[in-house]
Amino acid sequence: MPVTDVRRKTQLFAVLSVLSNVAGNSALTHGMQALGDVGNSPIDLIAALFHPWVALGVFMLVVWTFAHMALLSWADLSYVMPVTAIGYVVTAFAGRFFLGETVSPTRWAGIVFITVGVFLVGGTHPVSEKKPDGGQ
Amino acid sequence: MKWLLVALCVSSTVIGDVFRSLGMRHHGEISDFRPGALGGALSAIARNWMVIVSTCAMAVSFFSFMKLVSIAPMSFAVPVSAITFIPETFLARYLLKEAVDWRRWTGIGLILVGVVLISQ
Repeated sequence: MPVTDVRRKTQLFAVLSVLSNVAGNSALTHGMQALGDVGNSPIDLIAALFHPWVALGVFMLVVWTFAHMALLSWADLSYVMPVTAIGYVVTAFAGRFFLGETVSPTRWAGIVFITVGVFLVGGTHPVSEKKPDGGQ
Repeated sequence: MKWLLVALCVSSTVIGDVFRSLGMRHHGEISDFRPGALGGALSAIARNWMVIVSTCAMAVSFFSFMKLVSIAPMSFAVPVSAITFIPETFLARYLLKEAVDWRRWTGIGLILVGVVLISQ
């Protein structure tokens, strides 16, 4: 069942990449904060991996690594890198809705800048070799 | 120490992303997502030296970022680590020979400004 629609699978893997990265970093941060100071020895760090939140975070970051690698097997780095920056916006919204953090006007402005930038890059074709004019 | 970690984090991220892109491009497009085909692709990727270099660089990036946020606020660490967008775009254009048109340059510029604002 080969998937050949480049734009569709790029969107799918970009969403997977962003969500797994945000979820992975959030779970890892939550777990490390719950553990407190884990020390610097390798045994302490390995023991921290068995904390449920840290384990979930590492698992999600492994998913992110594979999704990111798959994306780069067909899409440009100069496309993938900015488009997945929407993760900054997702993180801000997750903080707003799940943690009740306030979003200042400056941060809202940042959200607008990033969103416009992502849509601008997202409007180009993901693969420059096939559509050097941007594909529009 | 702070700026040394920034330099380490930024350079390892750039090396990691560029080598990951080179390695995956060398491997070829992944288009078959059945478990058997994915296992075969994974086995080939794990033996690709460019992907190995990328993974090592990403590990350095991950630990240097963790160390950076332990000694500096996130409002500093997040925007400063977004500096990677600039060298990566230049390398994508001139090393990876990607077609970086005005929309990509402008979009990356807007995202950089946005990352600085959102981290305040």
